Amino acid sequence: MDWGFIFTASVSYALGALTVAYCLAAIGLNLQFGYTGLLNFGQAAFLASAGYGMAVMVTTFELSFWVGITVGLLATLALALLLGLPTLRLRADYLAIVTIAAAEVVRLVVRSVKFKETLGGSDGLQQFANRFYELSPLSDGFGINFGPFLFSNQELWVMIVGWSLVALFSLITFLLARSPWGRILKGIREDEDAVRSLGKNVYWYKMQALMLGAMMAGFGGFIIGIFFNAVSPDIYATALTFAIYTILILGGAARVAGPILGAILFGFLFQFVNVTLSEAVNADYITFLDSSQTAQIRLVLVGAGLMLLMIYRPQGILGDRREIALDAR
Amino acid sequence: MVHWSVTRIVALVVTCVGILGGATALASAAHAAEDQPAGLVQGFLRDLAGNPVPGVDVTATDTAGFSGIGTSDEAGRWEVKVPGAGTYTVELDEETLPDGVAAPTKNPIDNVVVTGSTRTVLFTLGERERTLTSKWDQAAQLSVEGLRFGLIIALAAVGLSLIYGTTGLTNFAHGEIITFGAVITWWLNVTLGIPFILAAILGVVLSGAFGFVNDQALWKPLRKRQTGLIAMMIVSIGLALALQNIFLIFFGGASRPFGAFETQAGIEMGPVSLTPKDMAAMTIAAIVLTLAGLALLKTRFGKATRAVSDNPALAASSGIDVERVILVVWVVGAALAGLGGILQGLTQQVFPLLGAQSLLLIFAAVTLGGLGTAFGALVGSILVGLFINLSTLIPGMTPELKNVGALLLLIVVLMVRPQGILGRRSRVG
Amino acid sequence: MPADSADTTDAADTTVAVGETTSRKEVATAALADVAREPGAAKPDPVLVADGIVRRFGGLTAVNVDHVEVQRGAITALIGPNGAGKTTFFNLLTGFDKPDDGTWSFNERPLNGVPPFRVARMGMVRTFQLTKVLSKLTVIENMRLGATGQRGERLFFGLIPPLWRSQERDITARADDLLARFNLDSKRAEFAGSLSGGQRKLLEMARALMVEPELVMLDEPMAGVNPALTQSLLGHVKDLREQGMTVLFVEHDMDMVRDISDWVIVMAQGAVIAEGPPLEVMSDQRVIDAYLGAHHDLSLAEVAAEEGIDAPELLGTHDSTPSPKDAS
Repeated sequence: MDWGFIFTASVSYALGALTVAYCLAAIGLNLQFGYTGLLNFGQAAFLASAGYGMAVMVTTFELSFWVGITVGLLATLALALLLGLPTLRLRADYLAIVTIAAAEVVRLVVRSVKFKETLGGSDGLQQFANRFYELSPLSDGFGINFGPFLFSNQELWVMIVGWSLVALFSLITFLLARSPWGRILKGIREDEDAVRSLGKNVYWYKMQALMLGAMMAGFGGFIIGIFFNAVSPDIYATALTFAIYTILILGGAARVAGPILGAILFGFLFQFVNVTLSEAVNADYITFLDSSQTAQIRLVLVGAGLMLLMIYRPQGILGDRREIALDAR
Repeated sequence: MVHWSVTRIVALVVTCVGILGGATALASAAHAAEDQPAGLVQGFLRDLAGNPVPGVDVTATDTAGFSGIGTSDEAGRWEVKVPGAGTYTVELDEETLPDGVAAPTKNPIDNVVVTGSTRTVLFTLGERERTLTSKWDQAAQLSVEGLRFGLIIALAAVGLSLIYGTTGLTNFAHGEIITFGAVITWWLNVTLGIPFILAAILGVVLSGAFGFVNDQALWKPLRKRQTGLIAMMIVSIGLALALQNIFLIFFGGASRPFGAFETQAGIEMGPVSLTPKDMAAMTIAAIVLTLAGLALLKTRFGKATRAVSDNPALAASSGIDVERVILVVWVVGAALAGLGGILQGLTQQVFPLLGAQSLLLIFAAVTLGGLGTAFGALVGSILVGLFINLSTLIPGMTPELKNVGALLLLIVVLMVRPQGILGRRSRVG
Repeated sequence: MPADSADTTDAADTTVAVGETTSRKEVATAALADVAREPGAAKPDPVLVADGIVRRFGGLTAVNVDHVEVQRGAITALIGPNGAGKTTFFNLLTGFDKPDDGTWSFNERPLNGVPPFRVARMGMVRTFQLTKVLSKLTVIENMRLGATGQRGERLFFGLIPPLWRSQERDITARADDLLARFNLDSKRAEFAGSLSGGQRKLLEMARALMVEPELVMLDEPMAGVNPALTQSLLGHVKDLREQGMTVLFVEHDMDMVRDISDWVIVMAQGAVIAEGPPLEVMSDQRVIDAYLGAHHDLSLAEVAAEEGIDAPELLGTHDSTPSPKDAS
């Protein structure tokens, strides 16, 4: 077992492109769930709509990358609006069921044979992000070393853009959380009837939070798509949404830095378990598992982790227990 | 208190793992027997009536030059071992089809992605004949199938609804109880060789026990800690994710049939064709649901359950042991869900995502009927079953999209009538 | 009394000391002097008018109000036995629930189908029977939330603090004034969840005033309030009238009703059965019947016969207990 390799691989993953994408999605979810208390279980659908919006424009219709980004964002906002219109009037548990159902609808539609011509069916769509990599100021080559950490030029470029977006969205969250606008969101999280009785259009604020959060998650969807230069429907299963919840709760809901800390820690642990198990299987330390099962072990641990966090530390690492929307009945 | 709960959660996980432990042995045995091919492409060939079609050759090829062939057996099952993860083209040799069975609508099937485990490829045979049957005949057949599916998911829906009604928990791990029932019965039946009927009965009992462990080890302590409902909902999601993957680890990703009633010829009744096991499944589900309904309406316990659903505080103050009611609801609800899983495994096959895949439809059913009302759950389930099957009659609606229709229906109903079809509107303030 | 010291802090206001009979009270009493003592009586200057409001829950008719008017500038009490439909009526008037039938208007502007937040913006603000303070926000944040027309409540303005800072300062100043008046200034920075039941009632009332309402609707302002705070709460309600606001409140405490209200509307079994000044209403035989009737089936049936309502319907309607059909 090469612990040095395991450690560097885990740290690289924890700072890499996928972690960035998860982090963006968690920042969006933080606005929706952390501050507003919206139990959005369909976050995966927003990543999907952005990624697919971009991919369809570029790959299927052969339009420019920037049209792809624009359409991806519009598709995400439209989906949020469409999802929000019927569900934001509903109680929290109904909202959860409907958003998870809607996310599944999105996944089933994009993977269907019926729309394979446009959406690529279960294989998805590829090769739409070349323009993004052409913009990279980094020279061609085999990548850059940071001490023991090696990132390809391509991933490094995605990381630079991605972490900049994380910084921007965190700043936006920081400003909004302290504004009268954010105060209304927190009020809605506590008791929306009280906020209504004070003359605030609760429905509209919930919609704004949902759409803004969806847009941020949409950028996460772009990052995933760009990093793989491919979108495929099964990435956007409900497990993705729940991983994002785990990240948010791990870091601390309703805290600006919660999603960032949560994503990095989650990425590290996720990859650490993965690489350690694979190494152990390959080195025959573990004989009762094969390498394909390590992926499932990871998800067992994510599930168990989410349970234990929720039970013993629902405020996560940074949160204030007095201030989260979890004791609502 | 804290340590006590940790112990209980560990106990829950250990129990799960323990009960499933036997399956590991089997999974590894299966792997050894098959000489562990890197990947497996498999499928079932059935004609329109659902009868297996044997003796048909299927080939899988990839661009790297690999080509493998398999022939369907008496059960209509075929498999082709492939060298590893990759994209394959699967083609059915139409020459080998028996007379009277029309060629599949799509052949060959391209871009079959294999990712290490088993990949199932289905050819739809006899489409040509299907177009000859009248819309009405199709509607009759689809209605009966919808009713079958509705009755089966109703078993799980009633339990989900009762648990919601008595504890307020929206249990996202309910699908895993369904899977548990199917998987444990499969293990008893196929691995241990216990006759199917006995295995199924044991499976229902063990599902009830699983519900008992769920409540006592996890949910009861959480209720004691006064954990919020949203927090509990998220805990149930974590549990679902963990259990699903535990099933995957022990059972493998493949779909497997029970050791009995695997293939049966359909019996024609007018325009409708049903296999005896389908009829048995429907009858069992209908009888059990009727009994459950009568128990809720007539027995003292049923009345206590409804009283707790209505107002736990009031029920407690009128001398009802609320915790006991909840425990029984968990045990009975889980046993019903387990039975649903067994019946679903019987009419289809057993696979680790069996419950997870029907969970959303069950939620749709429960929500349509009105959260927390057992009878609403029953009505909602049958509506969902009928709707998803009949919606395939709509031109342009393909079977793969039929669940989409049901989920959209759910959203529309919630817009118009948020309290569900049978639910009551609640008061503000 | 701490409340008195609080009142003296804003002498510039029209505020008068607690418990004193004042000009506004006299104006209200005079205006209502000639109003008929009958259900649905017309008022000289009604601010709120409701017509034919019906709300059914399943087979039960919770509210069935033919006509009712609320006089501007007066304190009107809405009383009635448990299950009379008072809270449901409140919910209907403020848009939190939708009636099966009926029309109602505020300042002659129809309120049918108007959502609750818009009702509040029109100047008709309510509190809740079970206090709805936002317990994980601080007291001052609760107060600030009440202010309307905040620039920073718009998404893009919220992003740029300089655009709303000055307004926020004004709002905070107003909130601090109110907190001082309601004797909550010492709790300013604490989470609202840490307040006692009575303090929550006070906070909810103060927060409602941040909206600058014309009509304040209080749903059981005294419920669960420590007796030590009752007097100060009563003083605050009277104070509202002195500042030109109209008050409509639901209450069970008859002493409070007698003490502060100018006019009383009595509901029983969903309908208005009597109206009049407090002392007259409380000696009204129908009202006594309605209250006693809750314990005597015979007299309840008599009330029902008088009001033309089915007796079984009367017996079934309850606020907090489940309907008998479901509880079986």
